[in-house]
Formats: sequence, structure tokens, C-alpha cells
Amino acid sequence: MTKKPMTDSSNHLDKIKKSLSRRNRAEKRFRWYGRMAVFVGLAAVMVLFTDIISKGHGAFRITYVELQVTYDQDMIGVENLTDPAQLALGDWEALSKAALRNEFGDVSGRRDKRKLYGLISSGAGYDLKDRLLANPLLLGETENVWILADDDIDTYYKSWLDGEPYAARMSAKQIQWIDELHAQGKIRLQFNSNLFTRGDSREPEQAGIRGAVMGSLLVLILTLMLSFPIGVSAAIYLEEFAPRNRWTDFIEVNINNLAAVPSIIFGLLGLAIFINFFHVPRSVPIVGGLVLTLMTLPTIIITSRAAIKSVPPSIREAAMGMGASKSQVVLHHVLPLSLPGMLTGAIIGMAQALGESAPLLMIGMVAFIVDIPAGFSDPATVLPVQIFLWADSPERAFIEKTSAAIMVLLSFLIVMNTVAVWLRKRLERRW
Amino acid sequence: MQATNILILILGLGAFAFFLGRGRSLALAKPLGGIRKLHSLPSYYGLHAALWCALPSLVLLFLWIMFDDPLINSIVIESVAADIAPTDTASYNLLINKIANLADGILPRKGESAALIAAADHMSSLRVISRWALTALLLTISLLGLLWGWSRISASFRARPVVEKVMQNILLACACLAIFTTLGIVLSVMFESIQFFRSVPIFDFVFGLEWSPQTAIREDQVGSSGSFGAVPLFVGTLLVSAVAMFVAVPVGLMSAIYLAEYASKSVRTYAKPALEILAGIPTVVYGFFAALTVAPFLRDLGASFGLSVSSESALAAGGVMGVMIIPFISSLADDVITAVPQSMRDGSLAMGATQSETVRRVIIPAALPGIVGGVMLAISRAIGETMIVVMAAGMAAKLTANPLESVTTVTVQIVTLLTGDQEFDSPKTLAAFALGLMLFTVTLLLNIFALHIVKKYREQYD
Amino acid sequence: MTQAAPVTKKKPVSKTTPKPMQNLEITDHQATVGKCFADNAKMTMRNVNVFYDDKQAIHDVSIDIAKNEVIAMIGPSGCGKSTFLRSLNRMNDTVDICRVEGQICMDGEDLYSPKLDVVELRARVGMVFQKPNPFPKSIYENVAYGPKIHGLADTRVDLDEIVENSLRKASLWEEVKERLHQAGTGLSGGQQQRLCIARAIAVSPEVILMDEPCSALDPIATARIEELIEELSQNFTIAIVTHSMQQAARVSHRTAYFHLGRLIEVNPTEQVFTMPEHQLTEAYITGRFG
Repeated sequence: MTKKPMTDSSNHLDKIKKSLSRRNRAEKRFRWYGRMAVFVGLAAVMVLFTDIISKGHGAFRITYVELQVTYDQDMIGVENLTDPAQLALGDWEALSKAALRNEFGDVSGRRDKRKLYGLISSGAGYDLKDRLLANPLLLGETENVWILADDDIDTYYKSWLDGEPYAARMSAKQIQWIDELHAQGKIRLQFNSNLFTRGDSREPEQAGIRGAVMGSLLVLILTLMLSFPIGVSAAIYLEEFAPRNRWTDFIEVNINNLAAVPSIIFGLLGLAIFINFFHVPRSVPIVGGLVLTLMTLPTIIITSRAAIKSVPPSIREAAMGMGASKSQVVLHHVLPLSLPGMLTGAIIGMAQALGESAPLLMIGMVAFIVDIPAGFSDPATVLPVQIFLWADSPERAFIEKTSAAIMVLLSFLIVMNTVAVWLRKRLERRW
Repeated sequence: MQATNILILILGLGAFAFFLGRGRSLALAKPLGGIRKLHSLPSYYGLHAALWCALPSLVLLFLWIMFDDPLINSIVIESVAADIAPTDTASYNLLINKIANLADGILPRKGESAALIAAADHMSSLRVISRWALTALLLTISLLGLLWGWSRISASFRARPVVEKVMQNILLACACLAIFTTLGIVLSVMFESIQFFRSVPIFDFVFGLEWSPQTAIREDQVGSSGSFGAVPLFVGTLLVSAVAMFVAVPVGLMSAIYLAEYASKSVRTYAKPALEILAGIPTVVYGFFAALTVAPFLRDLGASFGLSVSSESALAAGGVMGVMIIPFISSLADDVITAVPQSMRDGSLAMGATQSETVRRVIIPAALPGIVGGVMLAISRAIGETMIVVMAAGMAAKLTANPLESVTTVTVQIVTLLTGDQEFDSPKTLAAFALGLMLFTVTLLLNIFALHIVKKYREQYD
Repeated sequence: MTQAAPVTKKKPVSKTTPKPMQNLEITDHQATVGKCFADNAKMTMRNVNVFYDDKQAIHDVSIDIAKNEVIAMIGPSGCGKSTFLRSLNRMNDTVDICRVEGQICMDGEDLYSPKLDVVELRARVGMVFQKPNPFPKSIYENVAYGPKIHGLADTRVDLDEIVENSLRKASLWEEVKERLHQAGTGLSGGQQQRLCIARAIAVSPEVILMDEPCSALDPIATARIEELIEELSQNFTIAIVTHSMQQAARVSHRTAYFHLGRLIEVNPTEQVFTMPEHQLTEAYITGRFG
């Protein structure tokens, strides 16, 4: 073995010293890339939230116009306020139209009249009807009522208040009328309670998310009721009872893969199996719940297994040593100790289900549904799908509504995740 | 009787059986000298009786509910008058719906034909018979089970092992649901796809260059068959996914590296969950953001540079999808990076490597399998992502690699083909399932491969 | 525990043999006995205190390491000898909560001065760890790693030469020359550790720190590493932490005994193992605790 002389140490040191500034620059650059990456991610969160809030905050208030309404029996054409058939046929819009003519007496010509009637929501007549039915003594009387404005007026008035009037869908006459109303204090923004109390509507000013929220609730209840017990059972089996064999491996591979299967595939499954094979009706929370159950099961199984795994074996050994059977060990010790982790997993799974929309499009929960669902077999839609539907609508006012619905959806999700985090912090045991 | 009522009845009977069984075992134990003379605890005898009482009935109830509607429907259709008898699947579904609605009283009976009314009455009576038959059957089975379970109770009867065995099998059944789900997906998608490939050759579908699934309303119209060449969809999907990966991989990876290797503990505790927020935002929100904010912004930006950017550009959809995938990649990468043993870092730093040299030359190469696995999972996610592209990407299939143009994707087409009213057996609808089959196959292969890599990687450092 | 004494405080270090103490307790004013200082010092440490958060791991240690000597650091586990070793090339920087006070100099240059580049320092003070930690790369790449990052080789031939030389010096060349491009992790434990030594000497450091380099190895591999240390001491200054007294006795010129974060005694190895000055040292080498 021949030893070649080593390169001189001081020569090495010179080279190292020379390389230092270049390498330190590279180091700084790299660190800066990292900071930028984190910043980009955080900025995306900020931009997203700012964008949604700036678009949607306006939707919580809506424009009302004050008009003098006379509940003229002849005009409505209803004789008996207790007869539903008559009520259904009554010309309720005549009330609001008359009130408008009364306010702006000088309007003539079909076009101008249409513009005039366009000032208030086309559903205003029905609101007046509800008002009258709630208080039948009003019949024949005259009162000042704040009436919901049309969505175009709402959009214009809000943007005008903000100093950047958006008048694309407004005629000059209408702008003039709004100015007059504003000067007299007869137009104002009020809390938009319709948003929370009504179902969907083609008219943006009438549309609300109540139906979608109820639909989401029903679907989630069903999903939770099915997926939590099944998921926990599966997790217990796999962690505590399953023999180490190919069948178990196969189940595990299946679960892990299902967790990564695109959600839309679950929609196809629901469509083909539940709707076309078992003839479950479309659009009902039952199908939605079933599909989302299958979709969230892998998540719940995986988190539950992690929770069971975190229970140290010593606990099991201690109970076994007392002569407890395997089932008793699981039921008395493992399950109570891993329950917080499982609950956290269930909440996260539910949050995932709450935000999911693609598979529900497949099973018809995308239908236009005005009525608020009351049971598992009523046609319904869910909040994310409502957002999708509104986002697709051409009316400008729906942008605001969509953003508001998103804000509601996100607040639900934030609450759920906060509870999950809190639960984990609160109940988590360190071994 | 309503199914829910029957369910409650069975459960009530089960509870009754539990107390009966428990009581009998206690009564048996008393003369023998206390419950320690019994083989099992009294509650196990109770559970044994309850299982015998409720379990068979529940299974039967489940099966009955699954199959009675289709059965009743077919009986009704069999017996329906010839003049309204359905000719194909579409009219079959229509008719069934109508009869069912009439039977439920949802549609007013006024003005409907006598044949329909008769069918509806037939359906109602069949339903009533079915429910009562079910109730009677279930009650009999439950009581017999109760009797059997009760009669077997004796001091030497080994109730606990039996109950535990049954419980364990129930757990096994729950675990097997995952397999049935996969099987269900494969079967449903395969079955419809095979039907599709009967009318459109599989070769034309996989390699065809033109996609226009619009089938004509009238049979005699031109182009009524539509064309189902899926290549433009595959290309569009790849383009959008590529844009997404172009955003997500560098940002996700670099932020994982920064948070794992550089950031102080306090930055890490706040920045990590803040990034994870992106993962919790529903995709429909991203879709809205892409369609209404990012796409117009990019279009205007392009216009100011004299570029024509489509308002449904692949760039907008892909970019926003990338943002969605950032936390996915960063948390997976974070896992694998922190799994690299500290001794590797020490070894490199002790040689005088800077931190970035350590990361680039030691940690990343060591973590590469895990990172590759994570990126593959992310690709599978991008390919299968639906809402963002449905809302922000185009509908028209275009064969292009230019991210500024509008493309459509596999998932967009599945949604477009399956929402809206159409008959179920048309090639147009079936095509959605063929696309679903493609999507499932590709993502499944990616997932299996990626999960395998990640698992192997984890084992290496465990 | 509160803040330690300020660095500036000069502590008398006795060079004479004190009277053996009657008990084995350590007081706060414990002074190191023996020959702490050297005339041809390569590294000088004065009043070094190391803290993990509030917990003090090293109390007021002053010692020199002479050129081309092998100094062994022994002591019961948890005595701080590894912590002390790691502060000599600032590997403790990687631990967020770790703080070093006092003065550590090499060739008169303060290692903790803000002007000093830690990269350069670590190139000059190499380190070999307790568990062999070859990078998951080929044998060749493992050894070439240092020269590559420091830009020591201008050509491929230079690099090959450095790799061969280093492997030869680590007496690993003959065993691996046929499979230089296979994974370093495929070697046996002893070979891996020699690979790590080869990796460390590939950048021609002036000092090599070894943190229990044989604790994960079998006796035969240990013997080879010890031979190697002997050979390396001709060219390098070596500080070795070991829990094996026999190893310290076999390889080192001087031995430092640490106890509960304090440096108790430094003396020529022979003396430490035949007639220790301090009762604690004696208690340790006679196996009364360990």
C-alpha cells in the first residue's frame, strides 16, 4: 500500500475560504426560496379569504324601498282570506305595482312602466300577501311598508353607496327614481334575513341558503350515523382482531386506496348502484348520505386506527393479565382510551363530507329545489352544491350571494375543525 | 308499517330479549350459589338472546327494503294495461315515477287515465301487503330467535365465546365494506363501460382525437352518433394537472423544507396549521375563486401584455388547483423529511456543509422515494379533482398544450354528461362511465404505486 | 438554575496535586486537577459553560488540546462529555435550546466569534459520530461529498485521488476498491464507521472529534478503528469521547475525566489509569460507578 502525499492542508483551507462567500450566498438564496414558498402559501390563504369576504360581505344586507301600500280587496281579487284556492289565484303583484304608481305618478308608456315595476322584487307581492295574512285587519287599510328591491337595484344601490356605481343593467329613469327615493330617505339597506330563512330562488334577492343548510345537515347526520360506527368497528377489527394474513393485507390496501380515489368516482358508484340498481330516488339526502358514507369511511378508519395504535400495549397486557377476554380488553380499555382520537377523526371526516360536492352532482343533488327539506327522503341540495349552482348563475347579484354562502360554509368548517383541535388538545393523553 | 317503526320494534324486542336472558341466567345462578357458577357473566347470556332475537330480523329487514321496491315495480309493470306499457328504459323509468307519485298522492289523480290510476292502486296495495308481510315475518323470526336464545341458557352454556365470535364477525363485516366498495366501483363502472364499448369501439375511445358527445335529439339528424375520441380530454386533464403540479411541487416542497429545516419552532407552530387551512377549504370554493377572480385577472393581465388568454384558461384552473394541492405536498414532504434521521444531518453539517447543501445533497436524495410517492399521490388528486375544473375550465374539447387556452378534462365531461336530464342508456351517458373507468384505473395505479413507495420508505427508517 | 458565572471571571486552576478529598461530593468550586494545559495547544478552552435552556450541562471547563495528540474524554453517562465535544465544532448550534458560554479557540481564533464562518470551522474540525451515519449514497459519493461541497477538487482525477487517499488512510481501500459505486449503507458496521472516518478526513481537517466511535461496533471492528486512530494521530489532532476505559487507555495520550458536567482531572493517560490524582477519577476507573 503506497501512501500518496496528501494535498497540503493549508491549500485546502484557502480553497474552502474562497468558496465561502459563494456558498453563503447560495445558502441565503435557498433560505429565501423557502421563505417565499411559505409566504406564497400563506398569501394564497389571505387572498382567498379577502376575496371571498370582500365579495360577499355585502350580501348580508339588502336594499329595501319604502312604499305606501293600500290593501285593496278589489285589486287583489280575493274575497275570502281563509280560502287557499282564492289566495293562490289572487293578483298580489297588483298591490306592489299600485304602490309604485302611487309613488311615481308620472310614469306612462309600457317600457317605463316595466322599468318602474322592475324596481322591486318580483316576489314582493307574495311578501305583501304574507303580511296581510298575518294581520287580516290590514285589508282595505293603507300603510307604509319596506319592500324588497329588485336584485339589479340592490346591486346598483350598494355600489352607488360605495362610490362606484354599477349601472350596466339600469335605465336612466331608474337611476333618477333611486336618486329621488334616496333623497326622501325611502331606500335603505337592511339585514338580509331572507338569506338565512329561505330556500333557493331564481331571483337573487329572494334566494336563501336555508334549504341547502338543512340538506347538508340531513346528509351529514346520515353520514355520521353510518360511517362512525362502521368505521370504528372496522378499525377495531383491523387493529385488534385481524390475523396477519393476505386477506387482512387486502382489506388494508383497499382502504388506503379508497382514501385516494377521486370523489367523483363515488358519485358514479352511487348513481349506478343506489339509483339505477336499487331505484332509490334521486336528489334525496339518503343517497347523498350513503355516498358520502362510503367516501368518508376510509378517512375515519385510518384515523381511528391511528387512535387505537396510540394506546400502549401495556394497557392491553395489564387487562389480559387479569383474565379479561380480548373483547373485554377492547371494550373496557382500548375503546374508551382511543375515543377522543376517533371523535377527532370523525369530525374531520364530517368536515370533508360537508365540503364535498362532486359526487353529489352525480346523484342529482344539483337540482333546483325551492322547498326546505324536512326529512331524509325529501329532495334536497347541500351547501357546496348550492354554491356551485349560484356561481353558475348569470345574475350579478348571485356573485355576492355565492360569496356569502361560502362564508357560511367556511364558518361551519372552521367551527368543526376548531372543535376537533380542541378535542384533541383537551382529551389527548400522552403516554 | 314504516321501515323505521319496524326497526324500532325489532330493537325493542332485542332489548327485551337481553333482559329476559339476563334474568333467566340470574335465576339459574341463584340456587347454584351465585353468578360465579355460571360459565359467563349474566349480561353475556342477555346479549346472546338479544343477538338471536334481533340479528336475523335486521338482516332480513335490510334485504327486504333493498329488494321490495324493484320487485313491486316489476309486478306493477307486468300487470299494467298494454296501451301505457313502456317500450324502453327511459319510458319505463318515467312510468314508474308517475305511478309511484300517484300512489304516494304527490300527483293529483284528477285527469289521469284509468289505467294509470289502476296501476297506482295496485302499487299501493302491493306496498301495504309487502309491509304487513314483512312485519309479520320479522316478528315471527324475532320471537323464534328469542325463544331459542332463551332456551339455550344453562349454567354450563358458553355464552361469552359465542357472543364474542358474533361480534367479531360483525366487525369483520364492517372492515370488508371497503372491499365491497371497491368491488362496487369496479363493477358499476365496468358494467356501464362494457355497454358503452358495444356502441363505440374501445380503440376509437382511447385513441380518437375528436370529442363531441352531442347526440342528436332526433334519430335522423346529422351526426346523431356523436364522436367519442377521448384523447383531447386526456390531454386537457394532463395540461391542467401539469400546471397544478408546476405550482404545487416547488411551493409545497420548499415550504416543507423551510418549515422542517429552517423555521424556528414558533414559526412552525403557526405557519404549518395556517398552510393546512388551504387543505380544508372545499373545492367548490376554489372553483369559485378560480372562475370569478383568477381567470378574469389572468385574462386582463394577458390582455395588457397583448396576449390572448381564454377566460376559461387551463392556467387559471390549474393554478388554483395547484394552490389547493400545496398543503397536500407540503405535509407529505414534511413527513418524509422529518423521517430522515438526524444523524444524516449531523454527518453532513459536521463535514462543513451549509444547511442548504445538506438539504439538497443529503436530505432530499434520502427522502426522494417518499417525496416521489407524495407527488404521485398529488398527481392522482389533480387528475381526479372535479369542482375546480367544472367551474373554471372549459367545456369544449380542444387538443392543445397551450395553458392560456381553454381545455376540458375527464372529470368536467363526466359531470357534464351526467347532470341534466337524459336517458340512462344513451352512449352519451355511458361515455361518462367509460371516462370514469379510465379515471379510476389511472388514479388506482398511481395510488397503489405511490402508497407502496411511501410504505417502503417508511419501513426503511423505522 | 440561574445564570452561570460571567465568562470574564478568572478561575484559578491548580496545577499542583491537592489533598485527596474525603468525600465524593462535588462542590461548586470544584477545580480541575492535573495537567489541563499544553504548550503547543491546538485548541484552548477556557471557562466553558454549556446550557440546555436553563439546565447547565457543562460547568466551567478549561482545557487545552495539544497538536497531534489523542485526548480521550471519559466519564459516567450523562456527564456532558459528548456535549462538550460537540461544542468544539459548534455542532451544538443545531440544537435550538443549546447555549455555549466561555471561550473556545483554535490556533488563537475564537470559534464562537460572529466573524467566524461555521462552515469553515467544521471543515477544519471534522467529526465522527457514535452510530455510523453514511449517507444513502455510494461509497465513492460518501467520501467525495466533503471535497465536492468545499470545492477541493478541480478535476475528476483530483477527486478520485482524494477519495482513494482518504479510503486508504481509513484502511478501507482494499476492502471496497472493487465496489466504490455501491451503496455505503450496504457495508458492515465497522466498515461504515471507517467510511465515515474516511469521509471526515477527505477534507483534511486539522482536528477530528470522535463521539464514542466504537460503541455500536463489535470487538474486532473496534480493534481496527483503534489501530486507525493510532495511525491518524500522526497527521491529525484527535479528541475522542469513549465510555470504554480500556479504549481510552489503548489509544489516547492524555485522558480527561468528566463528572456531572465538570472536568475533574486531566493527566497523561498512563497516570490516570495507574495513579489518578482525584478520588472521583479513582472511583470511576475502579468501577465504583459508571
